[in-house]
Amino acid sequence: MSEFLQQLLNGISLGAIYALIALGYTMVYGVLRFINFAHADLFMVGAFLGYFGGRLVPAGTLLGGLGVLAMAMAGCAVLGMVIERLAYRPLRGAPTLNVLITAIGVSLLIEYSGQLMLGAAPRTLPDLFPVGRFNLGPVVVSTNQLVVIGVAVLLMIGLELIVHRTRIGTAMRAVALNPRAAQLVGINNDVVISFTFGLGSALAGAGGILYALNYPSIDPLMGVMPGLKAFVAAVLGGIGNIPGAALGGLLIGVVETYVGGSAWSTYKDAIAFAVLILVLLLRPAGLLGRVTVEKV
Amino acid sequence: MRHPLLLLLAALGASGLVALAAPLLNPYYLDVLIGVGINVILAVSLNLVNGYTGQFSLGHAGFMAVGAYLSAAVSLFLAPALFGDLAEAGGLVQGTAFLFALLVGGGAAAGAGLLVGVPSLRLRGDYLALVTLGFGEIIRVILQNVEVLGGALGLNAIPAYTNIFWVLASVAVTVYTVLALVHSTYGRGFLAVHDDEIAAAAVGLNPTRYKVVAFAVGAFFAGIAGGLYGHFKLTITPTGFDFTRSIEVVVMVILGGMGHTAGVIGAAVLLTLLPEVLRPIAEYRMILYALLLILLMILRPEGLLVRPRRGGTA
Repeated sequence: MSEFLQQLLNGISLGAIYALIALGYTMVYGVLRFINFAHADLFMVGAFLGYFGGRLVPAGTLLGGLGVLAMAMAGCAVLGMVIERLAYRPLRGAPTLNVLITAIGVSLLIEYSGQLMLGAAPRTLPDLFPVGRFNLGPVVVSTNQLVVIGVAVLLMIGLELIVHRTRIGTAMRAVALNPRAAQLVGINNDVVISFTFGLGSALAGAGGILYALNYPSIDPLMGVMPGLKAFVAAVLGGIGNIPGAALGGLLIGVVETYVGGSAWSTYKDAIAFAVLILVLLLRPAGLLGRVTVEKV
Repeated sequence: MRHPLLLLLAALGASGLVALAAPLLNPYYLDVLIGVGINVILAVSLNLVNGYTGQFSLGHAGFMAVGAYLSAAVSLFLAPALFGDLAEAGGLVQGTAFLFALLVGGGAAAGAGLLVGVPSLRLRGDYLALVTLGFGEIIRVILQNVEVLGGALGLNAIPAYTNIFWVLASVAVTVYTVLALVHSTYGRGFLAVHDDEIAAAAVGLNPTRYKVVAFAVGAFFAGIAGGLYGHFKLTITPTGFDFTRSIEVVVMVILGGMGHTAGVIGAAVLLTLLPEVLRPIAEYRMILYALLLILLMILRPEGLLVRPRRGGTA
């Protein structure tokens, strides 16, 4: 029983990170209807910003950690908006396939320029937050896990408020619903799309740092696997659906942790894809998604 | 093409002639040529899926891996068990055994293509891309865990059956099959699905069926290419068939122009020769590919090696 609870806690803290990344996929899909492959690499950039930022602040303090987190989120937001401006905006209105290919190109570009500049060897993230662990009943909780879950929950609440309580959030939902109608009522779609990219990228950057807190070894290709799994999470919850992405992330994280702790642990990385194929077979719209019929 | 079958026979004859002349050629050039041939097979077969049918597969390396492993397993385990040691046997016996191994590899890859295709091909572009990518990863994880197939170390000491004849002949068969397929009455359906799935369904074609057929045929030839690769390199590991390998093939198809076999062949030749020439800057290769993808999509989405088609939209 205690092992079950321990794994559940580990799973939730991993799932919270997947959820943060999945939110970015889902939001971009909502406004632009394409999968931003480069999203996973912003996750990696976030972790590296945390690595370099972590050297500037005193190690192991809450304030320093939060400062680095904010810095990495801001950095990723700017990078995400730059990518959107340079690579995706020229393709507005082009076939989805072309945008998808461009996204793959951007992703490879970030990964391999990262490898060239930073080297392929993994580095170790310094301790950003106070380190410690304590017993909560039968379960061992590390402070890093608390930080991960706390930050993730706060960010998701913040996102919910932005999307539902602000003007730009309303505009985002309008563009997601119908871009042309949104334009007709005076919304500047380019601004909204740019904002969405910034928001999603900031969440990916936060996800990168949080991930690196628990798995401190970071390298330029670290984003690939978590990125794919987070995408699966977004599809599982119903792509374009924000609560769905959070739910999907948690589920994938928990399932993966349990599989990782079982006799099948070497298949850990394949489990997400098996889930993906099952979802697409049984319920392509995802758990919380609505089934839509394509009209001519 | 007025007499496609005659052309195929001529191409096969030409491969035989090249094979006869092979001992006179510099072995280095011969190796490069084999590499070019394998990439041409991969690119032309992926072009059936990504180009003609308008789907987007990122798992071609996965199918290649299935073909490579299965055909290597046949040559290493099955053939000796059935026919004894083939190392002493004549060329004809070896050739038959190799052909059998290749067909098993291709067949298994086609089976894998069906397996991944049937559930996922009801999906549109970007979902499909992710599923195929995921499928490639699953294949890699499974191969790493199967002890019989060498696990993470891969398979070693595969018999060196691949020679220039087999490669050129396979290229000829692949190009012939793909072209004959898309230019047949049945095959017009691939282009119809590419242009407008809903309209294709409205005139009574079954888009899912066309997609699955394209996928299976593409996977079959990827498996053949894998078999040739395994019997050429003599060692295969799961990591040799990762995502970057799939991307390389995708870049060839896009550079050559999706749905233009001649352009794709040209791109495959070019992109295989370039790294040979540009060895000193090998570490920039993936960056170069990435920039190529982005710039091509923004500036010239129809591909570099074809004349832009007027009127129609891609």
